[in-house]
Amino acid sequence: MNAIRQTWVIFTGRYLRELYRQPAVIFIALLQPIIWLLLFGALFKDVSRIPGFGTGSYITYLTPGVVIMTAIFGSSWTGMSYIEDMDNGVLDRFLTAPVSRGALTAAMLAYQAVTTIVQSAIIIGIGWATGADFPGGLAGLVVLISISVLIALAMAGLSNGFALLTKQREALIGASTTLVLPLTFLSGAFLSLRLVPSWIADVARFNPVHWAESAGRIAVQASPTWGTVGSYAGFLAIAAGVTAFAATRAFRTYQRSI
Amino acid sequence: MAHEAASAIVAQDLSKIYKSGKRGSAGVRALDGLSFCVQPGTVYALLGPNGAGKTTTVRILTTLSKPDAGQVSVAGIDVLARPGRVRSVIGAVSQHTGAVGRLTGEENLLMQGGLYGIRGRELRQRVTHLLEVFGLAEAARRQARTYSGGMRRRLDVATVLVHRPAVLFLDEPTTGLDPEARANLWAVLTELTAAGTTILVTTHYLEEADQYAAKIAIIDRGRMVAEGTADELKAGLRGDSIVLELDSADGAERAQKVLVEVQEVTASTVSGSVVRARVADGRRALPAVLGGLEAGRLGVRSVTVARPSLDDVYLHHSGRSFRQAEGIAAA
Repeated sequence: MNAIRQTWVIFTGRYLRELYRQPAVIFIALLQPIIWLLLFGALFKDVSRIPGFGTGSYITYLTPGVVIMTAIFGSSWTGMSYIEDMDNGVLDRFLTAPVSRGALTAAMLAYQAVTTIVQSAIIIGIGWATGADFPGGLAGLVVLISISVLIALAMAGLSNGFALLTKQREALIGASTTLVLPLTFLSGAFLSLRLVPSWIADVARFNPVHWAESAGRIAVQASPTWGTVGSYAGFLAIAAGVTAFAATRAFRTYQRSI
Repeated sequence: MAHEAASAIVAQDLSKIYKSGKRGSAGVRALDGLSFCVQPGTVYALLGPNGAGKTTTVRILTTLSKPDAGQVSVAGIDVLARPGRVRSVIGAVSQHTGAVGRLTGEENLLMQGGLYGIRGRELRQRVTHLLEVFGLAEAARRQARTYSGGMRRRLDVATVLVHRPAVLFLDEPTTGLDPEARANLWAVLTELTAAGTTILVTTHYLEEADQYAAKIAIIDRGRMVAEGTADELKAGLRGDSIVLELDSADGAERAQKVLVEVQEVTASTVSGSVVRARVADGRRALPAVLGGLEAGRLGVRSVTVARPSLDDVYLHHSGRSFRQAEGIAAA
């Protein structure tokens, strides 16, 4: 109970207030994905005519992919906020108070979930305005957004844990940029896996980013195969749980290192 | 053990080695068998240059870090066995601020209280009271990042007082503050001890420890080199200081070289254009000292024979001047 209360205190008392005072954070993170959406949308407009591609228009295909990409880009930076907290003493203040380490992780993940929901909704809106089709309706979009939250949480846990272990901005920037782009390209985010070399398709099967963008794309279709969506979502939930647990345990390693 | 049970803080034989990360190298010994006790309701000052082990000690006492060997208790609770319980009775201010910049001063305090499960009117009353005591009532609704250094430091201390801790740890709370801000902060801290709070403070300012601390521990390279009240420490030093002011810093350096040759001088330090020399008896040593300087053709502006200061105490026990030690640590 205590940990839940503390999560609420940190989430509302700190993160939501910070977000409210700096809403630009949400939009700055959106600039790049929007450019990708518009640029790739125009560049590969005719890709969807290739036999075997499947979906109607490329923008319809691309939008769920960019939603997931935005989610992992944004959340891969959350560890930065821990590093700032280390540098200016905020983390020490939390750690010397009787605050549950789980509450620190949970509050941060709750904040990440909120920003991901807003960002995914905006990307979906822009996709829709530029011609994307979501025959699955509202239910499909809600599932797509939920999937984007799951992959964001898994990534945020990884980023937070990594920040606590390395304590260095440079290390986090390096890890984030090396990990995120390949993960995105080794999935069907931009191109149907039927059209890519078979080794990429093989790798993608083990790539959480691929699970997320596949599940998201299936969910917004006219008659989704919910079984597939559900199992991908289950894997993602497990991944999020594992990284959240690891991030919480990383506080111990952090304390041993200081 | 009886006197230790009544102590607010007990540290026994603390040792801590930081691994350097390089294979085969021994690492840095931050603490080397440090022991001390602090009586409840008093200010205890840990004095020493950078790298002496002050911050490491505070980190161990506040549950942030663990020693490689030794025992610690705070408010009668074993810190290593029950860190969670210790956290609820202490307040800790680290060298860095600790306030969330985008929250107002008031919001920082409210969040802290919320984490301890204090709520509603009780929380509001405590926060309002603390903001007033620390002179932050007017700035309460401004974001902490707009505060001056002195205001921020007061906010840091106020924040860790919301749950009324029995023991307060302040790691260099006054570094970087102007004299007025330092005096203001100390006025509040003095009131807190009068109300029963125990305060352990680390500081670079010898004068501050001299003036406010009931007991002072001088530590160097992770070891206690002297402990006592300021008067005890000074009285423990036999002899006097001869303080010489020269024309220039360069002159002071040369004067020190001359003084090394003077038999009566047991130790000396330079700070700017001032040289302090330790001698057994100021009156008797003075002619020899002045004679030496005269022979070296050094222009002396003023000469004072003084009773020992804390800096002399430090020099005596560690073989280095406090300021020199700071310089070495920084290099």
